[in-house]
Amino acid sequence: MIDDDVRTDPKPTRRQKQAARMAEAASGGWRTLLVKIVLLGIVDAIAIYGIFVLLLHDQWLVIGVIAVVTVIVNWIYFSRTQLPAKYLTPGVIFLILFQVFVLGYTAYIGFTNYGTGHNGSKEQAVSALMSSALERVPDSPTLQVSVVDQAGTLGLLVTEPDGDVLVGTNDSPLEQVDNPQMDGDKAVGADGWTTLSFAEVIARTDQITSLAVPASDDPNDGAVRTPDGQSGYLYVSNLQYDAEAGTMTDVTTGVVYTDTGVGAFTADDGEQLLPGWQIVIGWENFGRAFTEESIRGPLVYVTIWTFVFAAVSVATTFFLGLFLAIVFNDMRMKGRKYYRVLMILPYAFPSFLSALVWAGMMNESFGFINQVLLGGASVPWLTDPTLAKVSILIVNLWLGYPYMFLVCTGALQSIPDELTEAATVDGAKPWAIFRLIKLPLLLVSIAPLLISSFAFNFNNFNLIYMLTNGGPRDSSTSIAVGHTDILISMVYKVAFTGQTRDYGLASAFSIIIFLVVAIIAIISFRKTRALEELN
Amino acid sequence: MRVNKKGLLVAGAFAIAATLGLAGCAAGDSDAGGETSAEGGSLTVWVDSERLDALKGAAESYEEKTGISVKLVGKDTSTIKDDFIQQVPTGKGPDVVMGAHDWLGELSTNGVVAPLELGDSAADYLPVAIQAATYEGTVYLLPYAVENIAVLRNADLVPEAPTSFDDMVAKGTFVVQQGAEGDPYHLYPFQTAFGAPVFGSTDAGYDPTDLQIGNAGGEQFAAWLGSQGKNGTGVFNTDIDGDIAKQQFLDGTAAFWLTGPWNVGAAVDAGINVAIDTVPSPTDQPASPFAGVKGFYVSSESKNKVAANDFLVNYLGTEDVQLSLFEAGNVLPALASAAETASADPIIAGFAAVGAEAVPMPAIPAMGAVWQYWGIAEAEIINGADPATTWQKLAADVAAAIQ
Repeated sequence: MIDDDVRTDPKPTRRQKQAARMAEAASGGWRTLLVKIVLLGIVDAIAIYGIFVLLLHDQWLVIGVIAVVTVIVNWIYFSRTQLPAKYLTPGVIFLILFQVFVLGYTAYIGFTNYGTGHNGSKEQAVSALMSSALERVPDSPTLQVSVVDQAGTLGLLVTEPDGDVLVGTNDSPLEQVDNPQMDGDKAVGADGWTTLSFAEVIARTDQITSLAVPASDDPNDGAVRTPDGQSGYLYVSNLQYDAEAGTMTDVTTGVVYTDTGVGAFTADDGEQLLPGWQIVIGWENFGRAFTEESIRGPLVYVTIWTFVFAAVSVATTFFLGLFLAIVFNDMRMKGRKYYRVLMILPYAFPSFLSALVWAGMMNESFGFINQVLLGGASVPWLTDPTLAKVSILIVNLWLGYPYMFLVCTGALQSIPDELTEAATVDGAKPWAIFRLIKLPLLLVSIAPLLISSFAFNFNNFNLIYMLTNGGPRDSSTSIAVGHTDILISMVYKVAFTGQTRDYGLASAFSIIIFLVVAIIAIISFRKTRALEELN
Repeated sequence: MRVNKKGLLVAGAFAIAATLGLAGCAAGDSDAGGETSAEGGSLTVWVDSERLDALKGAAESYEEKTGISVKLVGKDTSTIKDDFIQQVPTGKGPDVVMGAHDWLGELSTNGVVAPLELGDSAADYLPVAIQAATYEGTVYLLPYAVENIAVLRNADLVPEAPTSFDDMVAKGTFVVQQGAEGDPYHLYPFQTAFGAPVFGSTDAGYDPTDLQIGNAGGEQFAAWLGSQGKNGTGVFNTDIDGDIAKQQFLDGTAAFWLTGPWNVGAAVDAGINVAIDTVPSPTDQPASPFAGVKGFYVSSESKNKVAANDFLVNYLGTEDVQLSLFEAGNVLPALASAAETASADPIIAGFAAVGAEAVPMPAIPAMGAVWQYWGIAEAEIINGADPATTWQKLAADVAAAIQ
C-alpha cells in the first residue's frame, strides 16, 4: 500500500516525507489499528455479555442473530477489502433492527387476535383459568399448615382449629397423625417427615403452588392448598380440564367448553371462557375494517378528513412559508435577520407543547383567544365539529410554516440572480418571472420535501392528540371516534383506550395506513421526475 | 487500512449501539424479571414511581425479617398496567404489581393475576376495600388505600358545611372538573343521589347483565343535570377542566371544589383553610361517590408465589406497614385499624366519612363500554342537548356495546 511504496524510496525528499506523514495519518497505521481493535473489542464484549444474559432466558434465536452479526461485523472491519461494507454495515443493522423488524412484527400482529383476553399462550390461559376457578369452600376455617417432606415428596401437615393434626400429599388424602411435635397450638413436625424451613419453602415454590392435598377420597370434598406456606384453606375447583380432549368443563353447570380454534374455550352457545390465548387468524382483522358496520362508517369519513387535513396542511404551510421567504428575501426589507429569528420560533418549541398551549388558548369560556382577543365571545373553537377542524388547520399552519419558510429561503437563494436579470432584460414582469422561472426551479428541490411533509401530516398524531384528542366526539357512531380524528389517532383509540384492547386490529390498520402513504409517495415521486426535466 | 479514524469511531459506535439494541430486544427487562435463587428468594415489585420511597422502608424490613429480597422497580403510572399485561405472558413481568382495583376486570380477562387468599384477615379491612378487591367472588388484590372524592370547602369563605346541593350553590361558587368529554367519575355522586347506579349488584359484585343506568332515576338525574348546565344555572361547565377547577379554588374564586385527596396537598400549600364535606345531595338520598381502592396484585406467572403471598397478606396487610404507606401517600389506609389511627387527621377523617357512603367503582370489563359513552352524553346534556333522549340513547348504546 501507500506506506510501503514510500518506504522503498531510497532517498525521500522533504516533500515526500511530508506526503508520507499525511498518507500515514490518512490511512491509519498502528494507532488506527489499535483504536479499531479496542472498539471492536468493546462491541464483542457487549455481544458476549448479551449472549450470556440471553442464555439465562433461553432466547436461542436472538443469541444466534447476535453471534452471526458480531462475526460478520468483525470480519468486515478486519478485512482489507470490504470498503463499501465498512460504511454500509451500521446503517443496514439499524435499518433491519428499527424498520424491517418493526414492520414485520406489526404485520405479524395484524394477522393475530392479540388483544384483551387473548394475551398469552394456551398453557397460560389454562393455568390462569384453573387457578381462578379455585373457590374456597364456604365457611371452611383457616388451617395452620407446615410444609413437610418425605423422601422428596411434599406434604402438608395440617392443624385443624379443634386441635386435630392431619398430614397428606398430592396423592394421599389427609390422615390423622399420631404424636405430632407441637409449637403452641400448631403442629410443626411429625414422625417420618422433615419440616421445611421458610427459606426451603420459598425455594420450592413451584412444587408448593401445585400442592393440593385432597381432604378425603371424594374429590368433591375439595383439597387443602397453601398460598403462603403457613396457612391453608380448603378449595374446590369449578372447572375441570381434560388435556387430551382439550375441553374445560364447568362442574357446577355441566357446560363443556371446547377449543374450537378461535383462541378461547367456547361453549356450544358461543359463550367463551376468558382469558383465551393468542392465535393467528389470517385476514380477519383486515376484513373487519371494511365489513364491520361500526368501523366501516367512521373509517370512510376519517379517511377523507385525513386526506383533507394532510393536503390542506401542506398547501397552507407551503404557501405561507413561500410567501414569507420571498418577502424576507427582498433586499429592500429592513431588519430581515430579526424577523427570520421570530419566524423560526414556532419551529423551535416542541410541537406537542405548542398544541397543548393552543388547546388552552382556544378554550370556549376561559381561553385567551375568546377572553382577550375577542372580548369575551364564546366561540366554540374546539367543540364545534367544523370549527374544530378549522382550528386544527390553523394550529398546524402555525406549527408548520417555519419549516417551509426555511426550506423555501434556502431554495430561493440557490436560484442564480442571473436568471432573474436575464428575464428582466427580456421584458418579463415579476409575476411571470416567479411563475415561469422561479417556482418551477423551486419545486424541483422542494417537491420531495412536500411529499414527506404530506406523509408526516398524514400521521400527525401529536397535534390531534394534544389539541382536541379527536373531539368533539361523534355521538352518532358506536365507536369512540371524534370529528377531528385522523386515521392514526383512530387506530390509537381502537387499540389503547377503554378496557378492551385490540392490538391485532390496530396493527392491521397501521399496515393499511402504511400502504396508503407508500403508494401516495411512490406516485408523487414519479410525478416529480417530470419536474426535474426542467433542468 | 483505508478507513480513517473518524469513520471507524462512528462505525464502532454504531456497531455497539446495534448490538446493544439487539440484546435489548430480548433482554430489555431481564433485570426486572423474577430471578429465582435457591437461597432466600427474591421478589420484584412494580410500583408507581411516586410511591417508591413509601415502600422502600417496608421492603427493607421485610428482607431483614425473612431474608427474601424485595426489589422495587419504579414505573410510570400511565404505563404500568399495559406493561404488566404485556410482559406477564412473556415471563418477564414482576412478581407483584401495585395498582388500582378497577384494573381487575382487564387483568383477570387477560389472565395475568393470581387469586389471593386473605383468610380470616379479610374481616380486618374496610368493607368497601374488600368489595373492591373481589372479582366474581374471588379476591385478587391486597388493598392498602381507599380513595374517594369529597367536597373541599374554603372554610374562610364559607364557615358552615352546606346542607344540600342548592344550599351549597347559594353559599359560594362550586367547581368540578368536566372537560369537553365530560367526567362521569366526578358526577357520579349526584347520579346515585337520584337512585341510578350503573349496574345492579349481587353477592358476587356488580352484575353486568343488570344495567341500571337508564332507569327512571337516571332520567331524573339527566333532567337535573340539564337544568344545572349551559341553559340553566351554569353550575356545570364543560369548559372547566381539572386545571381550571383547581386554579379557581386555589385563587379563592370558588368556595367549593369536588375533588379527591390527591388535590388536598396543593390546596393546603396554597394557604387555603380546607375543610372536607360530604357531597351535598340534590335529593333527599345520600350522594355516594365512587371509591377507588389501591393495592397489590400477584402475577399469575410469578415464580415466587409463596413469597409473594406471604409478603402481601402477612406483611403489607399489617397495621404498621399500612400506616407507613399512609404517611407517605396521605390516603386513607384500607386496613380498618390503620384507617382509625389515620383518621386523627381531620382531613383524612373527612374523606373517611364520605368514604363510608362510597361504592366501589365497578371493575367488570363491561364498565369499559360505559365509560366510552357516559361522559360524552353528560357533556352533551350539560351543553343543552335534550336530557331524556340523550340519556336513553346512552343507555341503549351501553346496552348494545355490552352484548
